[in-house]
Amino acid sequence: MTVEQTPGFKFRDAHAEEDNVDLSPSLGDEVKYTTCYMCACRCGIRVYLKDGKVRYIQGNNNHPINKGVLCGKGSSGIMQHYSPARLSKPLKRVGERGSGEFEEIEWEEALEIATSRLKKIRAEDPSKLAFFTGRDQSQATTGWWASMFGTPNYAAHGGFCSVNMAAAGLYTIGGAFWEFGEPDWGLTKYFMMFGMAEDHDSNPIKIGLGKLKKRGAKFISVNPIRTGYSAIADEWVGIRPGTDGLFIMALMHELLKAGKVDQQYLVRYTNAPWLVIQDQGADDHGMFARDENGDPLVWSTKDEALKPSTDITTTPALKGEYKLADGRTAVPSFQIMAERYLDEKYAPAAVAETCGLKADDIKRIAAELAHVAFEEEIVLDIKWVDWAGRKQDRMIGRPVSFHAMRGISAHSNGFHTCRAIHLLQMLLGSVEVPGGFRIKAPFPKPIPPTNKPTGKVDHIKPGTHLPGMALGFPTEPADLLLKEDGSAVRIDKAYTWEHPLASHGLMHMVIHNAWKGDPYKIDTLLLFMANMSWNSSMNTSKVIEMLTDKDENGEYKIPNIIYSDAYYSEMVAYADLILPDTTYLERFDCISLLDRPISSPHSAADAIRYPIVEPDRDVRGFQGVLLDIGARLGLPGLVNDDGSPKYPGGYPDYIANHERQPGVGLLAGWRLEDEDGDHMDCRGPANPDQLEKYLENQSFWHHEFLPEHTYYKMANRGYLEWAHELGCVVTKTQIVFHMYSEILQSFKLAGEGHGAHQPPEKDRERIKTYFDPLPIWYQPLEETMTDLDEYPLHALTQRPMHMYHSWGSQNAWLRQITNMNYLYINRETAAKQGIVDEDWVWVISPYNRIKVQVKLMDGVNPNTVWTWNAIGKRSGAWNLDKDAPESKKGFLLNHVISELLPPRGDGYRYSNSDPITGQAAWFDLRVKIEKASPDEAGETFPQFKATKKPPHMPKKPKILRYGAEFKTHKKGGKK
Amino acid sequence: MTSLPHATNKKLGLVIDLDTCVGCHACATNCKQWNTGGHMAPLTDKNPYAKDPDGVWFNRVHSFEVKRGKTNPGLTVNFPRSCLHCENAACVTVCPTGASYKRVEDGIVLVNTNKCIGCKLCSWACPYGAREYDEDEGVMKKCTLCIDRIYNETLDPEDRKPACVLTCPAGARHFGDLADPDSDVSKLVANRAGRPLMPELGYKPTNSYLPPRARRVDGNDIGAENKLEAVSPRRGFLSWVDNMLSR
Repeated sequence: MTVEQTPGFKFRDAHAEEDNVDLSPSLGDEVKYTTCYMCACRCGIRVYLKDGKVRYIQGNNNHPINKGVLCGKGSSGIMQHYSPARLSKPLKRVGERGSGEFEEIEWEEALEIATSRLKKIRAEDPSKLAFFTGRDQSQATTGWWASMFGTPNYAAHGGFCSVNMAAAGLYTIGGAFWEFGEPDWGLTKYFMMFGMAEDHDSNPIKIGLGKLKKRGAKFISVNPIRTGYSAIADEWVGIRPGTDGLFIMALMHELLKAGKVDQQYLVRYTNAPWLVIQDQGADDHGMFARDENGDPLVWSTKDEALKPSTDITTTPALKGEYKLADGRTAVPSFQIMAERYLDEKYAPAAVAETCGLKADDIKRIAAELAHVAFEEEIVLDIKWVDWAGRKQDRMIGRPVSFHAMRGISAHSNGFHTCRAIHLLQMLLGSVEVPGGFRIKAPFPKPIPPTNKPTGKVDHIKPGTHLPGMALGFPTEPADLLLKEDGSAVRIDKAYTWEHPLASHGLMHMVIHNAWKGDPYKIDTLLLFMANMSWNSSMNTSKVIEMLTDKDENGEYKIPNIIYSDAYYSEMVAYADLILPDTTYLERFDCISLLDRPISSPHSAADAIRYPIVEPDRDVRGFQGVLLDIGARLGLPGLVNDDGSPKYPGGYPDYIANHERQPGVGLLAGWRLEDEDGDHMDCRGPANPDQLEKYLENQSFWHHEFLPEHTYYKMANRGYLEWAHELGCVVTKTQIVFHMYSEILQSFKLAGEGHGAHQPPEKDRERIKTYFDPLPIWYQPLEETMTDLDEYPLHALTQRPMHMYHSWGSQNAWLRQITNMNYLYINRETAAKQGIVDEDWVWVISPYNRIKVQVKLMDGVNPNTVWTWNAIGKRSGAWNLDKDAPESKKGFLLNHVISELLPPRGDGYRYSNSDPITGQAAWFDLRVKIEKASPDEAGETFPQFKATKKPPHMPKKPKILRYGAEFKTHKKGGKK
Repeated sequence: MTSLPHATNKKLGLVIDLDTCVGCHACATNCKQWNTGGHMAPLTDKNPYAKDPDGVWFNRVHSFEVKRGKTNPGLTVNFPRSCLHCENAACVTVCPTGASYKRVEDGIVLVNTNKCIGCKLCSWACPYGAREYDEDEGVMKKCTLCIDRIYNETLDPEDRKPACVLTCPAGARHFGDLADPDSDVSKLVANRAGRPLMPELGYKPTNSYLPPRARRVDGNDIGAENKLEAVSPRRGFLSWVDNMLSR
């Protein structure tokens, strides 16, 4: 019986009365809403301010991304904002590069230095500017600026991060994993997550996993490492790195062998029935047979005739051999696919050893997938109309879903592996259906999106802008960006025969290529928020040398480096001019539908950031600075006819008033009515008061689709009409998924000698081998060139969740959680080498060696070692003490990863990248471990000379009492 | 020594789902940012940018492995740890000044820093390591269950929860009255076999942990077979393909 239930009894709580706790303290004077910027999630945040200081940052419960929750980083935003590593004024280098010797200059001088140099470049050869951005969330703006400048040398960090996921998805289903789609968390019953690294995207995945757990849905994690998400999986599949593709193909083998395939889905929504020409040696072998309108043909069994694939009256065949009008034969692409994966080399027993799995487990998982997809079908009583106008009275769902992480992306076979996952989803009929994998608006888009890369030789002229955006999606060899002599147009060699579908560029190759002058020398490297002298480069020690290397005249080989960052990151010391950026609470930004969306599968959304607090330093938001420089350069789109700046109000002015096409701007919400007084979603004349509207609406815009538009978006008339109005799709016809990729086949044919655009002999074999219209699995490239007996272990890195995608683990709170990193080794593997917990070891790759401390664990594939990435810091950087554990005990695995593959027979060295997309193959690394001698213990290797600090870096507190000023006691006080 | 109430009106506490916690530390840092400006402010940090950074945290997350056995594939467990607001709170009874006390109204264990002499007896007495000594101020600090949030009339009712619960992205943390058998938290404990930590010590923790569910690595666990039956190849290649699929 509690006290309250005792009649007539009143207990006096003397202790509580004495303490007199203030139960309702005020959180401050102001509440402001903006968007987090501590990773790629871009959650809505509610910021409480007290006396102008940040009291508390809470997730915005109205925001579509995070619905009120906030992760470990976002919750540490206060320490990010008030970090003593913040830069405070523009800096000009005065010592040698790398020394950290700078003098402070005024903004006007900084802008003039940048402008005069860039003006000269643009007048002579705009491609001498290489502009690469790192954790940039404004690529719609920075990419446009580069195009107005006229340089093809633009990309963000996607080439070393996401491009395999993005390209494989966009060339297959018109959407992608990561921020472009998500499992139907509310309905899926069986969820498989592939690949290590617990990142894209953070809070939505955590919220989603929480929902699965509540409903008891099964969650399988296929990941060499059992941390984080894998820890709560119903089943952990500790696969050998780089073999996921083979595992997936074995699942397809099992499904095909049992006939457990959603045939109706394949016929309606994919190109499985399209007829593929079988004419070995012909120019069009392996391409689709088409009618005179260019429409792919199918064989209609009912009509016993060839029919265009768009004819909805047909019954398209999935197997058989059919005669074309010209007498040649063709077969449905489904048959080619089935023949491939039914081959016994994809049988579970054949792949099990390579994958490090048991054949019985592979068979069981295939059976479970089939069971849930077909025996636990979901039917939603939602009427909808398909692309052809046919009324459907329900929505059928196959409640199995998939997601894939960096562990898939960061291998040189990642493009095909990711495509294999999408094929598996198609076989199960689970893309864009209830319970399946769903795509976020403004995707799905046509496959691939219709914008091609620009930067053909005749596009690049002195003083001239490019006719389009530098990055895009090639669909045939003619789209490659090559000079007349066959050399690369771009400094990173994107869109060459070496990596034709490099739709995010190859940022990891820029410094190497610029240093080497291959394919040519550049003048200025402009970087934003990209730690390229440290954790964002492969082969970090060598890259540091490249940044400081001089030619015979004593000039730096990379002549001019301009860098913008808010913090004293490792890259700052290697730049000649520093443009100090703001923190995320001090800046404008727009999270645009023209960029990576923050939409959901059932709604479109975009958002802004705006200054919650004014900077107390002489710093400016990078995008505003870029627009300012652009106006000084007189770039088209940034000046009026009289030469005056077009956006005198800076970045916010640009966000609201810039139009990409008539009626289409960076933000979709609250645009004005058109001349006829019509108001359309997302489209309309610019509204000068748009940002005010966003502020009134907690800094985001959100458009919820009608229930009948939320699934089957690739073939849903209502949705496609909306997307067409917005400009996401060019026509309202169905987006047919590319199970079989004719685009890849067109490159293969070129490799085989067909067509006007031919690869150079050095690349021919590579093109023939890796461009395949159906997913293939091959051993990661570096492994095929490495002595695997000598280097028996795979080595991987991932960010801890509390530092995922974050900018600066100097954060006073987060660094208390992790301030050094160990190398984690499987307990049994370590035992074989006599290694015990916390031993010091050398990690040796064919390229370099590092010395690190180890921790043993059970939950890691026995052939794999791994560590947390980007914990290791350079001594002197980030305004940490020189002897901080980050530099003395932390380390980067990057030092032992090469940006180049070993030389092949003729001595040529390709970049260490996926041969299709140029994605950096971080995870192909092989190493061996040797125990360090006792006198080598205690400090990681390599160590670097501490960089000096720029003038006026803030003093760091020895004791931090943040928040003491907010305390409100009704009586008494601190002792 | 300080006395405990005979009983409390409510037993407010947390229910933490170890089957759902991914170890992201959101609860730990959100707790830190709320409480460093809250009732026990500040949550002081020593050497924040130097060697051996060490601060006051009311909530810490530990990740560890449970050793695998012959039949059990092993587990990685993410384990958030904070004050359990025990019924028989030894940290209170050992307190020589009455600084540590348990509230009659809701069972929350608090420290009155005006009375705390920093003797650390409570941290010795607590077997769960939930006490956090602020060396700078010379007083003991600890989880308040966000007492300055849960009754805070300046907040919207939906926000009157501990910061760790409000922010948990996976929804692994729950707050409520564990004395009320009809509360959501009590039902969770009943349905999911929630258990107190080290009950054998007799401190009767209020907080409860929901253990990881049994792993499901057999097809039967979800009603499926353990392998698919192949369609007999004698029936011909792709014999199972339907010939009359409508476009």
